[in-house]
Amino acid sequence: MSGPKLAVIEAKGLTYAYPGGTRPSIEDISITIESGEFVILTGPSGCGKTTLCRCFNGLIPHFYGGKLEGDMVVASLKVSEHPIYELARHVGLVFQNPENQLFALSVEKDVAFGLENLGMPRDEIKKRVDWALQMTDIEDLRERAPNELSGGQQQRVAIACVLAMQPEVMVLDEPTSFLDPVGAQKIFEVVNDLNKKLGITVVLVEHRLDLASQYANHVIVVDEGKIVLDGEPREVFTSETARLIGVGIPKATRLYQVLKENGIRLSKVPVTSGEASQLLQEVLRHNRG
Amino acid sequence: MSVFDGLRFRRVSSPVHRLDPRAKFFYVCVFFVIAVLFNKLLPLILLFFVQIPFVVLAGVQREWVRSMRGASLFAAFIFLFNFVFTYFYTEYPRLPSPSLLEYSLAMTLRFLVLVESFSMFFLTTSPDHLGLALEQSRVPYEFCFAFTTAVRFVPVLAEEAQTIMDAQKARGLELERGGFMKRVRNYIPILIPLIVSAIRRSLELAEAMESRAWGASEKRTNLYVLKMKKADYALALISVLMLALAVYAWLYLPIPSITVFLPS
Amino acid sequence: MEALRGVSLTVQNGEFIAIMGQNGAGKTTLVKHFNGLLKPTKGEVLIDGVSTREMSVASLARKVGFVFQNPDHQLFCETVEEEVAYALRNFGFKERDIKRRVTWALNLLGLTQYRQTSPFMLSGGERKRVALASVLAWNPKVVILDEPTIGQDYQQKEKLRQFIVQLNAQGKTVIIVTHDVEFVAECNPRVVLMAQGKIVAEGGAKQVLTNRDLVAQASIVPPQITQIFLGLKDLELPTDVIDVYEAMRVLMDFLEASS
Repeated sequence: MSGPKLAVIEAKGLTYAYPGGTRPSIEDISITIESGEFVILTGPSGCGKTTLCRCFNGLIPHFYGGKLEGDMVVASLKVSEHPIYELARHVGLVFQNPENQLFALSVEKDVAFGLENLGMPRDEIKKRVDWALQMTDIEDLRERAPNELSGGQQQRVAIACVLAMQPEVMVLDEPTSFLDPVGAQKIFEVVNDLNKKLGITVVLVEHRLDLASQYANHVIVVDEGKIVLDGEPREVFTSETARLIGVGIPKATRLYQVLKENGIRLSKVPVTSGEASQLLQEVLRHNRG
Repeated sequence: MSVFDGLRFRRVSSPVHRLDPRAKFFYVCVFFVIAVLFNKLLPLILLFFVQIPFVVLAGVQREWVRSMRGASLFAAFIFLFNFVFTYFYTEYPRLPSPSLLEYSLAMTLRFLVLVESFSMFFLTTSPDHLGLALEQSRVPYEFCFAFTTAVRFVPVLAEEAQTIMDAQKARGLELERGGFMKRVRNYIPILIPLIVSAIRRSLELAEAMESRAWGASEKRTNLYVLKMKKADYALALISVLMLALAVYAWLYLPIPSITVFLPS
Repeated sequence: MEALRGVSLTVQNGEFIAIMGQNGAGKTTLVKHFNGLLKPTKGEVLIDGVSTREMSVASLARKVGFVFQNPDHQLFCETVEEEVAYALRNFGFKERDIKRRVTWALNLLGLTQYRQTSPFMLSGGERKRVALASVLAWNPKVVILDEPTIGQDYQQKEKLRQFIVQLNAQGKTVIIVTHDVEFVAECNPRVVLMAQGKIVAEGGAKQVLTNRDLVAQASIVPPQITQIFLGLKDLELPTDVIDVYEAMRVLMDFLEASS
């Protein structure tokens, strides 16, 4: 294990209510995310995960208005004190709907969009666009128009658009909602690649824990605007709180729990089917003698 | 509508497609001026046929024919309108003269010449290039962006309108039934979801734009830059020459009326 | 390019079917033929023995209710009440009946308190329920749900699952179009697998979803429980397990038998 890591996202006592809203959407949120982590942020619909995401890159409070109480520091910048376009260089945000993130008439132009906004010189833009297309495995889609692409391809383009700005953190808000499992899998693989190969900190908001949790090393559960669980995936999934809230834990983990209730103990908590198979093999073979 | 087919960009590579949109637009404007200059049939016939080699060179014959066909209804209307209105204003109750006929035909042909040249422009210029041309012509970036984004979302909105129609039909909405007022009201269940969706979409787009550093720098750079090449300058020169020739002809050359060629 | 190629399917009264496959396989195209939104270029679609070519969408909709994926494509009224009553008015129900049915439908979906609320003020999940209520209000024989689980959290999906099972138990023919394998595994309906405009498999959820080849053809993944058991094949355990509790029982039996 390496030495202490830098906190790339630090929230203390974060509270926010949308203007005109009666109750705060998030209340007293305090979390620490270290550089290079792959974090899954989950919780029931309407719990405040999306609101929290918008705090990471400054959409809250700058775009939505209202008062953001508490502290949110991302990449050493206090979010309430820096404009969104400055924070955009450090935190990229990929949204749920693939269609509404692509404005240009070709993939290339879309990926270049953020860099053009930043006023970068053209050679630098070209280099970064080529690199981003390569890293997200969409080189062959370079000249295509967005409405010719499938949802999964569009989301990869959106990721490339954000990646081109070379942020330290990438936040993805339910990016696979509209995708089928194969498309979703591809997205998680791409994002995992960026996390493991480039060291980009990933914050993934997801319900589909069966597909995504194998990549995460940190899980945060939000319920009714508050943090209720924050820790290592296997601990979080098997906690009583997760069961009470109704977090959709991976079936492999559920099987572990059900077996435990009936006296069969696996040596570790599985989150993927592969892990579960292996652990079951151990138990079943051992039993057979 | 087939007249709009003539305005949609076709992704084909031809010398005309590769020309700078600014040069092409200048050429189209010149055409516009010349077409308006003359109201005799002969020069307009000339203008009409002069463009055809360009149409062939650009490889957009089929779309061009479609747009001409689509415009023909409107052209017929223009002819009738001009003929009838001018007749009753000037020559009634005498018999209509050949020069009146020529005038009406000329007006119609002028319309067709304009449709022809604008259609050519839009058929051979990608919206991307158009947006770029606008940007480099010092149009504020917000407008260029609004333009290309609008073009990008047209197919999306069209598909959404179809889905909404399907969804409401599945609830018993019958668009073809009923009197005029009922039919107009039948479109409310389609318009409202469409508008609400468009508003939601704009919000999401705005979020995405902000998140990608919109407004970060006063001096926005660009991945692509339009450069005027020799062919573009040549086109511009040709346009200027055409304009000069036309103005000269208009000022000093007597244009014979078509009636000269008719047997008396 | 043909979206559907030689598809033949029979749905019996009161069945519960899941049509599955990846995005673009032709699932939605297929079900749009069931209420006449699409008419076949070749072949026929018969609803209760009558060809859809001879009927209008409105008259077919009376029998076949279709809940679209995005409720925002349907909502346009000022109140939830009007929204639910809309189709009833189109179908010519009497005012007295309309009131009764709206009350019933709102009650069924737990929306009574929102009767006078604007549908646009409701949350995403609530709007989905309004769309569902507005279809159930006219009590169609068949209910088609297009991708009902998109964007839903685990508890919402559970509630939906129970609701669908109840609808089916009450005698309605229920057809869901989905790529959510875990959801289908829990519902255990008859499954129709599609790929590239064709049907590649048909049968009980247990048979179809546990067949590795078929599932690969349709570009979906088997349920996680099945994947676990596929990894235990060499221990001679059954591989057609899709449910957690069934899995537990199978494993317990195995352990007991071998000790």
